[in-house]
Amino acid sequence: MASLWPRIEPLLSQVSKPARYIGGEEGAVCPEHAPGVVAWLLVYPDTYEVGLPNQGLQILYEILNERADALAERAYAPWVDMEAAMRSAGVPLFSLENHLAARDFDVIAFNLSAELVYTNVLNLLDLAGLAVRSAERGDGDPLVVAGGHCAFNPEPLADFVDAFALGDGEELVGEMNEVVAAWLARPPAERRRHEVLAALAGVPGVYVPSLYEARYEHGRLVGTVPVDPAAPERVEKRTVADLADWPYPKRQLVPLTEVVHDRLNVEVFRGCTRGCRFCQAGMITRPVRERPADQVLEMVRRGLERTGYDEVALTSLSTADFSGIEETVREIVGDPANGERVSVSLPSLRVDAFTVGTAAAIQRVRRTGLTFAPEGGTWRMRRVVNKLISEEDLYGAVDAAFGQGWRRVKLYFLIGLPTERDEDVLGIAALGRRCVEIGNRYHRSVTVVASVGGFVPKPHTPFQWFGQDTVDELRRKVRLLREAAAGARGLTVRWHDPEASAAEGIASRGDRRIGAVIERVWRAGGTFQEWSEHFDLRLWQEALAAEGLSLEEVVHRQRVRDEVFPWDHVSAGLHRDFLWDDWQDALDERGVEDCRWTPCYDCGACTGGGLEHVVASAVPPAGGSQGTGQDLEAAGRVPVRFLAAHR
Amino acid sequence: MSEAGPGAPAERLRFRYTKLGKIRFTSQRDVARMWERALRRSGLPVAWTEGFSPRPLLSFGLALPTGHESLAEYVDVRLDPASSGVPPHRGLRGTEEPELLAQVMTALLPDGLSVVAAASVGVVGSLQQEVTSCTWELEVRGVALRELSERIERLLDAPSVPVRRERKGHWVVDDLRPSVLRLAPIPTGAREEPVAQVTHRIVADLATQPRGVRPVELLDGLGGDLALVRARRTHQWVERDGLRAEPLAPGTPPSLDRQACRGAS
Repeated sequence: MASLWPRIEPLLSQVSKPARYIGGEEGAVCPEHAPGVVAWLLVYPDTYEVGLPNQGLQILYEILNERADALAERAYAPWVDMEAAMRSAGVPLFSLENHLAARDFDVIAFNLSAELVYTNVLNLLDLAGLAVRSAERGDGDPLVVAGGHCAFNPEPLADFVDAFALGDGEELVGEMNEVVAAWLARPPAERRRHEVLAALAGVPGVYVPSLYEARYEHGRLVGTVPVDPAAPERVEKRTVADLADWPYPKRQLVPLTEVVHDRLNVEVFRGCTRGCRFCQAGMITRPVRERPADQVLEMVRRGLERTGYDEVALTSLSTADFSGIEETVREIVGDPANGERVSVSLPSLRVDAFTVGTAAAIQRVRRTGLTFAPEGGTWRMRRVVNKLISEEDLYGAVDAAFGQGWRRVKLYFLIGLPTERDEDVLGIAALGRRCVEIGNRYHRSVTVVASVGGFVPKPHTPFQWFGQDTVDELRRKVRLLREAAAGARGLTVRWHDPEASAAEGIASRGDRRIGAVIERVWRAGGTFQEWSEHFDLRLWQEALAAEGLSLEEVVHRQRVRDEVFPWDHVSAGLHRDFLWDDWQDALDERGVEDCRWTPCYDCGACTGGGLEHVVASAVPPAGGSQGTGQDLEAAGRVPVRFLAAHR
Repeated sequence: MSEAGPGAPAERLRFRYTKLGKIRFTSQRDVARMWERALRRSGLPVAWTEGFSPRPLLSFGLALPTGHESLAEYVDVRLDPASSGVPPHRGLRGTEEPELLAQVMTALLPDGLSVVAAASVGVVGSLQQEVTSCTWELEVRGVALRELSERIERLLDAPSVPVRRERKGHWVVDDLRPSVLRLAPIPTGAREEPVAQVTHRIVADLATQPRGVRPVELLDGLGGDLALVRARRTHQWVERDGLRAEPLAPGTPPSLDRQACRGAS
């Protein structure tokens, strides 16, 4: 096992941003490979700048490296110039720590955060010198595993990945490591790949696709069933009951070169029960588990001291909902050790004036722009998607933002949502114009950016039955919106490429047959499909056609109530009845309240897993609950455990 | 220029540092950010810029091209004794012995960046304006040693050496010759081997005024068939009382990488 560095080094003067390939980050470790120590290569299948900040990967990196029987190194997708240089020099995919070949590892583990990276997964396996198809890999080849949100529909990658890990990885990764370690303890001649995969299938939360068969009738999936006694009928996701037990990352990586989100990140809670129906993350990460505020403060304090960062993000799916958020941020910005120069950022701001007030109090230093996500242009649309922001809350928030000195407000919207009418799309323009008017009361020149994405229905959400809008329909709606916003001074409309939404739709709800499509796109050169300069929908359409499939069948078709979904045999804990009822509520334009503070809907996330929400506050945060008008009296009848209040 | 001593209020600290090993593939901007983070951790009472995004007031010397190494990088750090918010019990005050300042900053910087000298300096001109030339050690490949020596002599004998370079999207022709102050092969005693595999070492003094000439331009001047294998800046020079001097002489020898696998090579 030799370092590839001497062969990598001469390539670096030929490529852009060579610092992507050198490692050496503060917090990185260079583990020693030895028998009895399972070597993991954790791979983020996109560029270094995008992948390095990923907290999930960093958490597993630390947990594995703390174990005596495991080690972990990292790799990211080399950019196209580096890939070409590597291929022509015969240099395989390598780790950043010891610069070892990917083949020198026992396990190659991919983080799947977005569907459009799937072709990169194949490309990286190929660059590692492995067969991309699991069935063609041998007993001596590394195991290929994958986890992350996209693992909740594993079928498009079922032919390429040996095992998927579902849900929180903190505990699961150690259990998987033990299984692999026991297998590797045997003499090489006695190691059968099937045996370790069967043993992995016995670990709760692990899905081994080769032990299941997808059955079709008349060109449509009728079931995915176990064909091996080791395989459970249904694989349930793993959930860490208490985030306080896992204060990771403890040593967040500090990159040597610029990356996205280049700051300290501290996760304040996991899970979300706001119940936005388009949001897969909010559905599959339930229940809500808050980190105790004391621990948050400790992680912030230590993290800033260790890294020298001047910015900390308190991360979650809706950070303004963290119990005692105000006290927590006040304590961070007021800490004399931070020299009054640390700014706190709250990604995913809730939309109300109160939240803006909090933001104003803490973002003393950097006041570039505020971002809100109303998602729908009309109150009707927002009831459909269950993002229950009243006009009053929204305009109050915008008024507060401009009044507090911000000049730039960014609003996120989705188009192509269920039941959408043209008036909902036009509502986005009307809303944007109104926001500019509000801003002009405070400043002569303001900017309101309406950023519009084409909605892609996701598995394990109430919208999984919905037929996604076609490219033409999304284009028409964008045009409609642009025309309505034309000539409005200060209002800018930005939109996501509708063609990319179509390709994302293929991978999002596709079944096992999509594997062949992904492979064709990759073989045709379609890597980095998340990057507009490399994305090409034609590759996807040609691949679909070659496999006898169509966008209509895979993406745009409305699913029926008893539809057999490709992900029916993996579970995020959610009852199908709950999702169906919520889908019907959506079609009836009926919102539902946040179950943290109101009665339980029995979605299944808590009850099925014997879990409960872990929340510090018995009441919703001040400033209303995004206009739900929740009946707070009912709080407490749900499986909620309240954390002891800190100080 | 006064050496830092206990109790002496410093207006400005000058650090000399190395950039060696893998970290040479980071950019000048990257290095600036590494210094900012290290200075925040150090507790030094650094002066900050005004505005919504306060940054420490740092001025670096001549930018080092990405991929090149250096034994002689410099940064001037403006101090503000009234700089608020840093508790005196944590970290440096700026009045410590130079050796201690150098040691602490080295520990706070990533592997490959080592502070080899530190000094308190008064109000000084910017390094960018004061530095007049740099010494480079270059490793090149592509021709036999005899051929290389002849080319070096020809270059030094020529009244002018036109080289093309891109400036703001246009190709311009510059005369390289006045900027080459010294150029000589460094004997390595290597045996004659196939040309493609032999690396020769060159030492070159290149002027930095009116503009900094880069090693790749020198290679162009020596013929386009030479490949630059490695470049290391060994000195930056200023004129002081008519003599050539370094902005800060190295105090301690550069301590190389602490962990073999990180900054090495």
